[in-house]
Amino acid sequence: MHIIEAGNVAAAMGVKLAGAQVVAAYPITPQTPLTEKLSELVDSGGMDAQYIPVESEHSAMSVCIAASSAGARAFTATSANGLLYMNEQLHWAAGARLPIVMCVVNRGIGAPWTVWNDHQDAVSQRDTGWIQIFCCDHQQIIDTVIQAFRIAEAVRIPVMVCYDGYILSHTYMPFEMPDQKEVDKFLPAFEPDWALDPACPANLNTVTLPDIRPDVRGNTAPGYMEIRHDLHTDLRRSIGVVEEADSRFSEIFGRGGHPFIEPYRCEDAEYVAMAMGSLSYHIRDVADSLREEGIAVGAAGLRLHRPFPDRAVAEFLSGKKGVIVMEKALSYGYEGPLYTDIKAALYNCAERPEITNFILGLGGREIRTRDIYGVLKKTCTKTAQHEENPVFVGMKV
Amino acid sequence: MAAKKTTVLNLPEEELVHPGNRACSGCGLSIIYRMGLKALGRDTILVVPPSCLTVLQGLYPIAATQLPCVNVTFASTAAAATGVLAALRARKKDTQVAAWAGDGGTGDIGIQALSGACERGEDFIFICYDNEAYMNTGVQRSGTTPQHVLTTTTPISGKQQRKKDMPAIIAAHGIDYVATASAAYPVDFYDKVCKAKTISGPKYIHVHTPCPAGWGFSARYTVKIGRMAVETGLFDLYEREKGEFRLTGPSQKMLGKKRKPVAEYFATQGRFKGLDEKQITELQNEVDKKWADYEKQAEEAC
Repeated sequence: MHIIEAGNVAAAMGVKLAGAQVVAAYPITPQTPLTEKLSELVDSGGMDAQYIPVESEHSAMSVCIAASSAGARAFTATSANGLLYMNEQLHWAAGARLPIVMCVVNRGIGAPWTVWNDHQDAVSQRDTGWIQIFCCDHQQIIDTVIQAFRIAEAVRIPVMVCYDGYILSHTYMPFEMPDQKEVDKFLPAFEPDWALDPACPANLNTVTLPDIRPDVRGNTAPGYMEIRHDLHTDLRRSIGVVEEADSRFSEIFGRGGHPFIEPYRCEDAEYVAMAMGSLSYHIRDVADSLREEGIAVGAAGLRLHRPFPDRAVAEFLSGKKGVIVMEKALSYGYEGPLYTDIKAALYNCAERPEITNFILGLGGREIRTRDIYGVLKKTCTKTAQHEENPVFVGMKV
Repeated sequence: MAAKKTTVLNLPEEELVHPGNRACSGCGLSIIYRMGLKALGRDTILVVPPSCLTVLQGLYPIAATQLPCVNVTFASTAAAATGVLAALRARKKDTQVAAWAGDGGTGDIGIQALSGACERGEDFIFICYDNEAYMNTGVQRSGTTPQHVLTTTTPISGKQQRKKDMPAIIAAHGIDYVATASAAYPVDFYDKVCKAKTISGPKYIHVHTPCPAGWGFSARYTVKIGRMAVETGLFDLYEREKGEFRLTGPSQKMLGKKRKPVAEYFATQGRFKGLDEKQITELQNEVDKKWADYEKQAEEAC
């Protein structure tokens, strides 16, 4: 069934179809309509879940952590400062290996206050041990939310589903609503392999020593460092799990095929412009224009931000003349964080493409097609002299 | 009410807290934890933030208790209890949930989540063991540290501010059961936990918990000092059931009787050694006024 709805509603429908059992959320712009929709679905009886209207984002993630520890499929959503308020809880959720799914409706961070879109919120939480997937349109939002639960539960690592505030969250687009029976085939009911249970008591997340230690039966238990190593290796392993989820999803629903990087006119491209989220679709229009002028440029959207699919990125970009990384986030005092990641992935390529970095759209600054056109054209025809790297695009004073 | 009176002789024999745990000698918490778990019983899930209890419960992979327990971040206890309850409802189970936090995890860093959960009417028992300072980090002042007490962050002049009245703050949420208890009266505490189990919605029990290391007294005097706090009228045992206040047990028996002077209590502990005569008189006057109100209430009730 095709429907026309807002991105936040697409996310809510995904959560419903995925059969989340516990939903806890605190409203924050631009996530709010998603929270409202879920409360309406639960209140109307359209969704069989416990909806907890918590008093803060910190508590929203607490509820999810505890509910997941007690064996329930748990969901929350937030944006910007709400995500930052959860910070210690994000580490806790990943460290405790809980398959929570959270939508991050991307928004810039204060101070000064902004409610408009950029990616600084999710990108700043990159190293919390979560899987992070970015969406480019409404179809990807609903599909990714469903896939996220399967991925999270397969590796017991929480997943953030990130999509652009307003640009996707509040705009209306047509998308295909997956059929519940098909979703149930893709994502069976959550059967936790352990949960808080008086019949089998365990003390979770206790103080863990630097060194290994035997239990009461003499078996060696891991120390803190082994537990961290497990999280890291399982995150690396989840790259394959993300790929497997995408291919199974494609089999059932006929959509997908690009779990790591979504390419557009990249096959014969000499230059590739890479971005995350809706910006990568925006760049497609510019690529079309430049192609008409005989400039062989393609656009690519990075879908999986963590774990970083470095091999796929290197293979995809190897042999290109140039890579242009456009991003809505900044590692203050250095450069765009995605640019750093892509540069590092290219280090092992025999022939490394030239790589440039553009920062744009911070705090919702309008990203004009002609601005993207200008910087791409100048970079691909080598007519630009950039005095700074990264280059800030769209500055007005 | 034909309920059999609880005594130390008819408490459940099963121990749910293992002996030889990591509590300090003379720890007031270890008394009430043992009693509280007897009252809660096996069909319970515990939620615990960082506190002395985290240490008492042991280091991975060894645990000092036989109940399932989730350790959570400092500010999140009551929200985490909410999450366990939500999962249990979703999974159609009726195991009870008990949160167990120190005075910081309850009234300072933990107050937002606790207030939110009380306002939402979550069906849990929240037990605050109040040892009147941040003991796990080494005796720093907390919101419930009494006035003039020396701590490692009020080392010379003592704490300038009054003790935060957490039970009153929780009672202001309009929940059906708020009680105070003392580690020095473990059977009274046991009975209050048992009563809390029979009431739906949030239940809050605030337990005065002497701490030898933090208060500056010999480990063998934990019970004696806990009792003196009650006998001097400084810490009162009461229940507030559906808004109805009544003194209970030892505090109730003190109505109409002469109380011990507060100076006797202060003299037993190193943390009060900065008190001067004027301050002691002021504190005695406060206690006298509070008890005059209790007496008046009791007369009106008759």
